Amino acid sequence: MKHTISVLVENKFGVLARVAGLFSARGYNIASLAVSETLDPTISYMTIVVEAQDEKILEQINKQLNKLIDVITVTDFTKKEHIDRELILAKINYTQKDKEKLGLIFSKYVGKIIHLKDDFAIIEAVGDGEQIKSLLEELSKFGVKELVKTGKLAISK
Amino acid sequence: MKGSQILLESLKREGVEVIFGYPGGSVLPIFDALYDFKIKFILTRHEQGAAHAADGYARATGKVGVCLATSGPGATNLVTGIANAYMDSIPMVAITGQVGTHLIGNDAFQEADVTGITRSITKHNFLVKDVKDLARTIAEAFYIASSGRPGPVLIDIPVDVQRAETDFIWPESINIRSYQPTYFGHPGQIKKAAKLISQAKKPIIYAGGGVITSGANLVLRKLAEMIKAPVTTTFMGLGGFPGTHKLSLGMLGMHGTAYANHATMEADLIIAVGARFDDRVTGRLDHFAPYAKVIHIDIDPSSISKNIRVDIPIVGDAKNIIGELLKEIKNVSDTSLWLKTIDAWKRKHPLTYKGTGKLLKPQYILEQLWDLTKGDAIICTEVGQSQMWACQWYNHLEPRSWISSGGLGTMGFGFPAAMGAKIGVPGKEVFNIAGDGSIQMNIQELATCVANKINVKVLIFNNGFLGMVRQWQELFYKKRYSYTPITSPDFVKLAQSYGAVGIRVTKKNDVRKALQKAIKTDKTVFVEFIIEPEENVWPMVPAGQAINNMIDGIA
Repeated sequence: MKHTISVLVENKFGVLARVAGLFSARGYNIASLAVSETLDPTISYMTIVVEAQDEKILEQINKQLNKLIDVITVTDFTKKEHIDRELILAKINYTQKDKEKLGLIFSKYVGKIIHLKDDFAIIEAVGDGEQIKSLLEELSKFGVKELVKTGKLAISK
Repeated sequence: MKGSQILLESLKREGVEVIFGYPGGSVLPIFDALYDFKIKFILTRHEQGAAHAADGYARATGKVGVCLATSGPGATNLVTGIANAYMDSIPMVAITGQVGTHLIGNDAFQEADVTGITRSITKHNFLVKDVKDLARTIAEAFYIASSGRPGPVLIDIPVDVQRAETDFIWPESINIRSYQPTYFGHPGQIKKAAKLISQAKKPIIYAGGGVITSGANLVLRKLAEMIKAPVTTTFMGLGGFPGTHKLSLGMLGMHGTAYANHATMEADLIIAVGARFDDRVTGRLDHFAPYAKVIHIDIDPSSISKNIRVDIPIVGDAKNIIGELLKEIKNVSDTSLWLKTIDAWKRKHPLTYKGTGKLLKPQYILEQLWDLTKGDAIICTEVGQSQMWACQWYNHLEPRSWISSGGLGTMGFGFPAAMGAKIGVPGKEVFNIAGDGSIQMNIQELATCVANKINVKVLIFNNGFLGMVRQWQELFYKKRYSYTPITSPDFVKLAQSYGAVGIRVTKKNDVRKALQKAIKTDKTVFVEFIIEPEENVWPMVPAGQAINNMIDGIA
């Protein structure tokens, strides 16, 4: 099962390696990771998505995260009411005749064209994991030349 | 003040009496400052020796041990010692030099990413890039190393930071917002535990290294006597409860006593204090203590419910929590039947060995050592059979008088650790119980001992084998002794060549005399005992078996 864990840490060098090390040492792959400064520039916020084969190991990782000196708080969002979002930037094949088709898609999703050339467009879109997944399926009909995706961000309700 | 002077001044403020270490290119400014600074410095013959000595010093005194090495190979030589301290929760501060800040990451001469290498074997580590951060970093390092569940902290100091100048500002107090260890147990949990204790008919106290760390031995004894529960200690907990006490069951686990293991398996309540249910203790997990409810007192929340299911977790300092528990326990159930059952196990399965043959028995040597010291000594050990015999055949009475590598099982630990212990507690006789294999792993420290008049007494049980591995090969690998027979130098001549005293013992009748002579001699002494080559450690729980499934080659 996929877990979304948020970790509030001291904004210091080496912290990401300490956090990532706890996962890698147990052979756990981090599915996605988002890190940035908070309003308080001495604190950073990490959102980590990890696939846990064994809940007990994940509980241990959570405790070990808490044990790291630079970690302030750890929250596992999996059992908490929360909202999560991902952002994508995609370069898709696009010409003027596709305008209506894409417009229809964007009526269902939060997204827009942010850069336009003769034969392609760069679009941005935001949504939760499911929305992004189905949006990507629709976009694949145009032909996706390039895709970048942020890690998941999560906030409690 | 220069960075190097700030370092030493900070160590002085932290009350450091001694530094164990070795010089090198990236710590030249520190050594220059040491030249006329009033602090004891012990020059070991290998950085690993320095790390273990700092560890042994910390175990014997309860203070933070300090070691110092240069960048690159100096630092990597500390690594085993740091990992060893980490596994056994020993407070230690390791200081390493680093190449200049402008060279970091450039594959400079004697460069290693030491904070990277030690990330998973330290409680925390620091790379100090600005001399203005140095004093505060040192204060934080000592605070982190010695508080909560203790552990080693490494401070990596680039050589230019050692040379840089700034004002010395010592922080008045340390408060780390992201690090707030819990010392006091939750009152509700303590109440629940007290209730469970008063209902238990077959309670057992399972005491670990946390009892030593928190100084909980006296309250633990009160608790045991109040609720009339037998006490078994882990390897790390030896000395946390007197081995001679009538409620003592000795050590449990793979080489524990049969009665400790039976009692653990039959108990209806396990009161775990500062212990972590490690695999050498529990054996096969799904068969462990099937009838027992578990109260787990530990300062480290990540130890709780890690291996076994816990009914009442109490996070905090063992001494505080037991103190509160003593106040909460209103009535005590009658355990006399339980204690009788245990007595029967004690009579039926005592620790024993065959002492009839011509060859020297290691157990006999330890019995004699006990008889001569009556527990008034610090016993250090190497790792393997000699270590396990020292667990079993010597009564450990007091905290901090048993110094041995538990979690990591580091051969070569005992000798330098004994050095550190002797420097920390000069008034006590310090022994290192060694095998012929282990002693050869840090034997260079003989020079350190002789040069500094560190008069430790090393008892080498020479069986010509890497004995513990040989024992497993005998029992589980059809006696195929693959690379376990090992040759040794003439330990007597070797000791003499370093300026120490060497004694060799081959006969039973000479054991006591030799030990007496070693104790009387005011020098570093090596006593080599030529022992029965294929003596085994019994009883033994084969790896992965339930702990009442012991094999015993004597019966």
